[in-house]
Amino acid sequence: MSIAAQPKTVTLDHFTASGDELPLLRISTAGSVDDGKSTLIGRLLFDTKAILEDHLDDVKNSKVNRASRGIDLSLLTDGLRAEREQGITIDVAYRYFSTARRKFIVADTPGHEQYTRNMATGASTSDLAVILIDARKRFLEQSKRHAFISWLLGVRTLVFAINKMDLVDFSRQIFAQIREQSNTLLSLLDGVQVHFIPVSALDGDNIVTKSSRTPWYDGPPLLEILEAAQPGVDVTALPLRFPVQTVIRPDSDFRGFAGQIASGRLRVGEEVTALPGGQKSRVARIVTFDGDLDEAFAPMSVNLVLADERDIARGDMIVTASKEASQAQTVEATVVWMNEEPLVAGRSYLIHQGPRVVSARVSRILHRWDVEKLETRDTSSLSLNEIGVLEIEASEPLLFDPYRENRATGGFIVVHRISNLTLGAGLIERKSLNVSGRGPLLPEERLQLRGHSGAWVDLSQAHELIDAVERALLTEHLHVVRTEQPELRRFGLIVLTLGYHQGTPDVVVDRSDLHSAIVAIRASTILGALHVFGEREGI
Amino acid sequence: MSQSFVLSHLRALEAESIHILRETASQFCNPVLLYSIGKDSSVLVHLARKAFYPGKFPFPLLHIDTTYEYPEMIEFRDRFTNEIGAELRVYTNQDAINAGANPYNLGTAKCCHLLRTSALVAGLREGNYDAAIGGGRRDEEKSRAKERVFSFRDRAGRWEPRNQRPELWNFYNGAVNPGESIRVFPLSNWTEIDVWRYIELENIPVVPLYFAKPREVIVRGQTLIPLQSNVKLLSGEQPEMICCRMRTLGCTPCSGAIRSEAGTTRSIIEEIISFRRSERENRLIDHDQEGSMELKKREGYF
Ligand SMILES: Nc1nc2c(ncn2[C@@H]2O[C@H](COP(=O)(O)OP(=O)(O)OP(=O)(O)O)[C@@H](O)[C@H]2O)c(=O)[nH]1
Ligand SMILES: [Mg+2]
Repeated sequence: MSIAAQPKTVTLDHFTASGDELPLLRISTAGSVDDGKSTLIGRLLFDTKAILEDHLDDVKNSKVNRASRGIDLSLLTDGLRAEREQGITIDVAYRYFSTARRKFIVADTPGHEQYTRNMATGASTSDLAVILIDARKRFLEQSKRHAFISWLLGVRTLVFAINKMDLVDFSRQIFAQIREQSNTLLSLLDGVQVHFIPVSALDGDNIVTKSSRTPWYDGPPLLEILEAAQPGVDVTALPLRFPVQTVIRPDSDFRGFAGQIASGRLRVGEEVTALPGGQKSRVARIVTFDGDLDEAFAPMSVNLVLADERDIARGDMIVTASKEASQAQTVEATVVWMNEEPLVAGRSYLIHQGPRVVSARVSRILHRWDVEKLETRDTSSLSLNEIGVLEIEASEPLLFDPYRENRATGGFIVVHRISNLTLGAGLIERKSLNVSGRGPLLPEERLQLRGHSGAWVDLSQAHELIDAVERALLTEHLHVVRTEQPELRRFGLIVLTLGYHQGTPDVVVDRSDLHSAIVAIRASTILGALHVFGEREGI
Repeated sequence: MSQSFVLSHLRALEAESIHILRETASQFCNPVLLYSIGKDSSVLVHLARKAFYPGKFPFPLLHIDTTYEYPEMIEFRDRFTNEIGAELRVYTNQDAINAGANPYNLGTAKCCHLLRTSALVAGLREGNYDAAIGGGRRDEEKSRAKERVFSFRDRAGRWEPRNQRPELWNFYNGAVNPGESIRVFPLSNWTEIDVWRYIELENIPVVPLYFAKPREVIVRGQTLIPLQSNVKLLSGEQPEMICCRMRTLGCTPCSGAIRSEAGTTRSIIEEIISFRRSERENRLIDHDQEGSMELKKREGYF
């Protein structure tokens, strides 16, 4: 019997949601140790009636209770013995709940610095991060690190929950101060949607219903924000990416490439390219157990049959021929390091991009992030929980899109060759450039050699700050000049001007403090260079 | 009419589980599917058939038989595995049984340790499996909520919850050295309701014990214990006829039935929606002491 003969067919409605089903929202928590993340999630679960009675009894009967009054809701997610004994979260807990409007998966992550890797695990798949801040404390480094990692990992909605408001008399001033303190960080994180809410996780203020104890707060409670939030980007609108997991060959007539569509849509007859080989073919069949489909989309798991015999194996990627993914052996990537043994330049590791496994060497570390100061620093190694930008040389081509463009194809994990441990998470920024060429420098080469893009900084309203600005930028090894020729920014220089000129400056420094001026300049140059490569070429 | 490109909730869960099962088949030399005969196992087997269609079923099924299972379960097991053409392997801790292990004189905790946990670890070692797929879900119990989809076990089969491999995106690192193994949980993100809705949607066969009908039971405390050959009556206990069903399956002495009129998948779904208590509540073994599931898991229990 041949399977190819007379396949049964099925329509796409068999798989799609009915019209009123809102897409599931994945949420993760973040923040410093003891800020109240687990208590907040417990409160959310409790107030939406997602807790079963015997699970609640278990919490009530537990020998541990750290809550100053009532039941200790953090125990609803802190389920490990060590967690209850030490009163901290160690690993992510996944919880599921739904309201009349939508379904949620919550990842409650640890705040303790030692377990940052578990926080990153939770954030990697999340659409929205709730970042907790203890109202009695400042905006701490760990909260910054978590917000920053969440953003790096592609979380684009950040809800800052200023917690324990009951301990500061629901002070409007304190809320405003913390909000102010987060501005520096937020100026670096482009493309995010931000909310601030004053809450008490312990008492339930502004979690599910609006609190009467914060009359000055005019926003919605947390649950309403969660119900209304947009899940990240629509992956089905991105170009087709289909990493091949396995080849299914029941007999000589059938050869199917099985995998889960990572992004995009796919139609029978469509022209596709198999990477890394680059061979082209057409989609002949989209096979599922339920029947053949004419069309499929991410994240469906399907089995593709191509029109021509193609040598495709696990770890290859089938992509739309109209917009292929990048392939490169040398790439630049931001890496969050997750192991006690530091990452060292020159060392070799395995890289897993889902089913694709390649051997790779860290050829250099461009810099690491100082999360406290939000600046970059030179380094030759990355220690546990540090974040750096590396150049990686792989033994075979990596197949990718920049992580910022496609979360499903831009990430990788770093694996130890002998212990097999997962050592870090990487986010590919771009193909590394070869800068040893001749002739005029390309804008991207210049960007890479200088390490930042150019900018015109207009100091006409703040003459007195120019010396301090110049010093601060030189300390960071940035290419800065004082001249009245703003057009020099084209060559990757940071130009400080005092007079009036035609055109639009990148940064206008007014009489506010020096620090915010530096942050603004840095944001428009370093991060611009790091991430939005090419966007500023035109200047 | 414009086409919507959003998967339904169940189809999204299905796609994720299929991806996990295909990763398991590809990453390991000798994987096995732990088949407990329960509803989650039925769903798991169904998903594995889908994942490799039109290829053949890729995993042998391993049943850890405590010899205290309900006879209806064994009947179902033999019929179901035969129908789908899967290879069934059965393992029993015969040494412990021969030495007289039973729940009545050892207590449920110790008995379960010998006949399930140790038997499982020994069965996996005997088969030299580098991956064992189980139907565990994160919504079942507080320590399961913490577990990875690919969950590492050291040479002794132990889980170290304080030091799990980070698991980012849907990238599952299954690399192991000889003697080490991975427990794979493709249903991690499913809830009890999802499982029943999927059973309804796909018409998946499950053991009839899940459906309510009048059964002879002993009422012991809060639980109903169906009268089966192995159950010993305590003094003063009288069997009664009660309409009931099992919410989870296990050994006869340890898993109780609940009073219920739900005789169809649909009515079970409605019943669960109205429930305010968890399915594991009627499993005596999970409640021997605080964190008892975690302790069992650390020793190698699923
Ligand atoms: N007064 C008051 N106490 C709170 C509030 N929220 C949390 N707490 C207390 O703060 C302590 C820490 O709470 P957790 O929820 O465990 O904190 P966490 O952020 O989850 O901690 P880690 O996960 O270990 O980082 C507990 O004693 C809580 O009872 C609040 O709104 N008000
Ligand atoms: Mg916590």
